[in-house]
Amino acid sequence: MVLKGKVWKFGDSISTDLICPGRYFHLRSNLPELATHVLEDADPEFASKVAKGDFVVARNNFGLGSSREHAPTIIKLAGVSAVLAKSFARIFYRNAINVGLPLIECDTDKIDQGDELEVDLVTGIIKNKTKGIELKSRPLPKAMLNILNDGGLVAHIKKHRDFKLD
Amino acid sequence: MGKTLAEKILSAKCGEDARAGDIVVAQVDVAAFQDGTGPLGVRQLQKMNLEKVKAPYSILFIDHAAPSPRKELSNDHILLRTFAQKTGAILSDVGDGVIHQRLVEDFAKPGDVVIGADSHSCTSGALGAFATGMGSTDVAIGMAMGKTWFKVPETFRVEATGTFQPGVFSKDLILYLIGMLGADGATYKALEFGGPTIDTMSMESRFTLSNMAVEAGAKTGLIASDKITKAYLQSRGRLKEWRPLTPDKDAQYERVIKIDAGKIVPQVAFPHTVDNTKPIDQTKGIKIDQVFIGTCTNGRIEDLKIAAKILKGKKRAPHSRLIVCPASRDVYLDAIKLGLLEIFVRAGASIMGPGCGACVGVHEGILGDKEVCLSSANRNFKGRMGNPEGFIYLASPATCAYSAITGEISDPRKIIVRGQNKAGKGKSPDKKVRMLKFSSASKMRENFAKAKRPKKK
Ligand code: SF4
Repeated sequence: MVLKGKVWKFGDSISTDLICPGRYFHLRSNLPELATHVLEDADPEFASKVAKGDFVVARNNFGLGSSREHAPTIIKLAGVSAVLAKSFARIFYRNAINVGLPLIECDTDKIDQGDELEVDLVTGIIKNKTKGIELKSRPLPKAMLNILNDGGLVAHIKKHRDFKLD
Repeated sequence: MGKTLAEKILSAKCGEDARAGDIVVAQVDVAAFQDGTGPLGVRQLQKMNLEKVKAPYSILFIDHAAPSPRKELSNDHILLRTFAQKTGAILSDVGDGVIHQRLVEDFAKPGDVVIGADSHSCTSGALGAFATGMGSTDVAIGMAMGKTWFKVPETFRVEATGTFQPGVFSKDLILYLIGMLGADGATYKALEFGGPTIDTMSMESRFTLSNMAVEAGAKTGLIASDKITKAYLQSRGRLKEWRPLTPDKDAQYERVIKIDAGKIVPQVAFPHTVDNTKPIDQTKGIKIDQVFIGTCTNGRIEDLKIAAKILKGKKRAPHSRLIVCPASRDVYLDAIKLGLLEIFVRAGASIMGPGCGACVGVHEGILGDKEVCLSSANRNFKGRMGNPEGFIYLASPATCAYSAITGEISDPRKIIVRGQNKAGKGKSPDKKVRMLKFSSASKMRENFAKAKRPKKK
């Protein structure tokens, strides 16, 4: 599958507190409303301006901090098609795959705010249309790919009634 | 080839020879939610038509927004209580305490696999359990099916030698280590703490180490189960649940990190990342508006005793506020029994009911714009305490208590002299203070044992 969209660029250490601030704790059972605050403390304009299919691109250790699955869930709900970063925090990584939000580990130094990207989830090739360059991503581990391909963990378990990871 | 603690526990729980890098499906002994992650987990189970609990201990903790500050959260609490009634899951309700403190007090034991929908679930690793944080859906499925999948982590062994200087505690050791490793220095790895300093460290100080393993990105923070673990479980009336558990002598570690604990000085993590740590002598002149002593990191009786010793007969600085929040009901009861609460109240503190308190920015101590808080918690991210315009510094309870008096971040070594500092001296305070048992905690376990729920295969 090839995803196309515009880049929203963020820096290092984007924590789950920046993605899904604790002061909106009371909105956790109201995900559409919570999603209007996504990444608010990293970029207050992001939630209102992001378009369907856009990419979130960051540097190192994206998603560090709490285990709140609401963080990848509201990134997805905001219409983001994938998150690209040099590295991801462990719990966020697993949560994102579980909720069906593709994550791409690659060298994001050559991607800037507003760039147009084409991301091929199967080959792992990222085309930066704006800069006319191609980047290669590290492949997802097999177990995670199986879950992502089923559409997330709920769909995976519904389908197999068990873990089918290899 | 020998095994690390992580490999040993996961091998036993998945029934095969589990080695770093393997993907395994392991049995889950304890599966836990808190009120911020539980409602989503419960809804996921409803979607799958899988509303049941199979993990031997399936527990819901109402601690993050407890008592509830808003109607939306009160309704989330109702959802959790209803799920508990329906499935037989244990409910740890308002006032019982923080998930991780409650897990080590009454549920997790050596050799267990513990999964919690809260990143600091690694705390139970100090008891020799493979304990890790996951998201709502992972824990929901682990709770309902009694198993989950893991990639067996590589291990970083942290070997600590030497005796802490007076005024230096396990919190300073872990802040120092995180500063050294960086917030992603141990991503996907298990940390395994050992060496003479850890061998003689009290259980309560060990919990602080394991609690913060995730702040270096680690999956868990393990410590061997030994006689100090045994004494702790005994103090909780759980002697039978103890068993020894050590890594093999020839275990393979990805990295061995040696630390001389005697050389560590009090550490402070500066805003807005936990790895932004500095030795205390680089903190001069930082005025504070609020001091917070509590949380799953440092809200235990050992912490409150140290803080009370420093605050006894003193007053907090007039321009600052002091908030104290015991981590659990039993800690609260111990603090009452030992007269610590009176010391805090006379020193000008506000005492909060057991729970997460001000830690997560929901209530009970949200910062104003540009305000500075010195906290004994584990996280200082921008916005963490409810306001992205606030500044959070992290330190030990001793540093927090002394700084509350001076009104700026201050070195507790100035007032703690040798002979007064028990930490790192091989004496477990657990033995000295006979823990008060809160009867309903053991009741909860009894009721759970009796509750009707799906039979294990
Ligand atoms: S005390 Fe703070 S860190 Fe610990 S579980 Fe509660 S919110 Fe999380």
